[in-house]
Amino acid sequence: MAGVTTIHLVERALLVSIQDDVTDTEIIDLQDQLSHRISEEEVRGVVLDISALEIVDTFVGRVIAQLAGISRLLDAETYVVGMRPAVAVTLVELGMYLPETRTALSLTHALTQLRRA
Amino acid sequence: MPQTATTNILAILEADFNGIIEEWLGTQVSEGVKRSDLFSDSESRSQNAELLKAFSKGVRAGVVDAEFDLEDTAWEDLRAVLADVTKERVNRGVTPTEMATFVLALKSPLFSRLEAMLSDDPSSLIQEVMLVTRLVDAFAIYTNEVFIEERELIIERQREEMMELSTPVVELWDRVLTLPLIGTLDSARAQEVMENLLQTILERQAEVVILDITGVGTVDTQVAQHLLRAAAAVRLMGAECIISGISPMIAQTMVQLGIDVGTVSTRSSIRTALADALKTVGYVITKTRDH
Repeated sequence: MAGVTTIHLVERALLVSIQDDVTDTEIIDLQDQLSHRISEEEVRGVVLDISALEIVDTFVGRVIAQLAGISRLLDAETYVVGMRPAVAVTLVELGMYLPETRTALSLTHALTQLRRA
Repeated sequence: MPQTATTNILAILEADFNGIIEEWLGTQVSEGVKRSDLFSDSESRSQNAELLKAFSKGVRAGVVDAEFDLEDTAWEDLRAVLADVTKERVNRGVTPTEMATFVLALKSPLFSRLEAMLSDDPSSLIQEVMLVTRLVDAFAIYTNEVFIEERELIIERQREEMMELSTPVVELWDRVLTLPLIGTLDSARAQEVMENLLQTILERQAEVVILDITGVGTVDTQVAQHLLRAAAAVRLMGAECIISGISPMIAQTMVQLGIDVGTVSTRSSIRTALADALKTVGYVITKTRDH
């Protein structure tokens, strides 16, 4: 399977890079794994790198929003980083403003903000 | 040899080609559509000669049993010449009336020659005149269509240029961008603005964007919607968006319309917005001396 997403723990934050060929099942699995790891490893934040994503639909948008909701309940901030312009336009057009998530230009920016928090 | 419908016209065109051109030019002068101010005599003459040559070629091959269709391949020379001539004329500011009259003026030299040729056969004269009328009318209608197309192309090009001109994203400082919006913000422009802005954020890795609407005359619900969507997209990219230049009038309108800006920061002037933006990226503006 090409699109297996790995989760890295860096500075008490979980880094996940979502690949462009991610399937709906994989993203649901990811949601499950992340919820477990957030509570087990007492992380401060989850950083979702979506710079490889060229296309989003309402499903992916909703999963990201749910992930942010889950993280918040487990006391962690969710950062979405590296969103492409076309993806941002699409999400806005779909009315998915992702208010629960924090956003950053890149991983570096997200980690800087997490350190400050 | 069977007499085809176009024999007489072709004979006329061949016998007195230059005479027809001179008379055509003459009619254009008397109708007041020659525009000697825009075209020199030799230019007009060569344009007319080319058109007439292509026209007779079309008549020779493209008219079958008094029927014809300017879209046929037989008429492609005429269409090509016409496209060139029309383009030239549009660029120099000729009006549609002048353009149509210019072509219709071809009728009178053809009619007078047909009359001289067929004076003893009134019924075929009428038929010939009707055919010529249909041909020249179709020619003129086609000309006007090309003319309008050409103008529309110009309008479209200018619209695109205006679009580009009106959405300059300026880098005010390291990681601080501003987009001064001027005029009205319709859907097409809002889209253009947003795409342009997001692309620049990516390229410059900007952290703060100031959308300045000082130059936007009125803000209705739709314009507000566009602005807020742009701000939301900017946030999704990971940058902060400040909308500046909200005049007291616009603030009142926005509240009366029930527009909720949510978490987007708004400032009355670009000056305060800039100070805030610089603070976000880690700079302060300090005064170095008193006046």
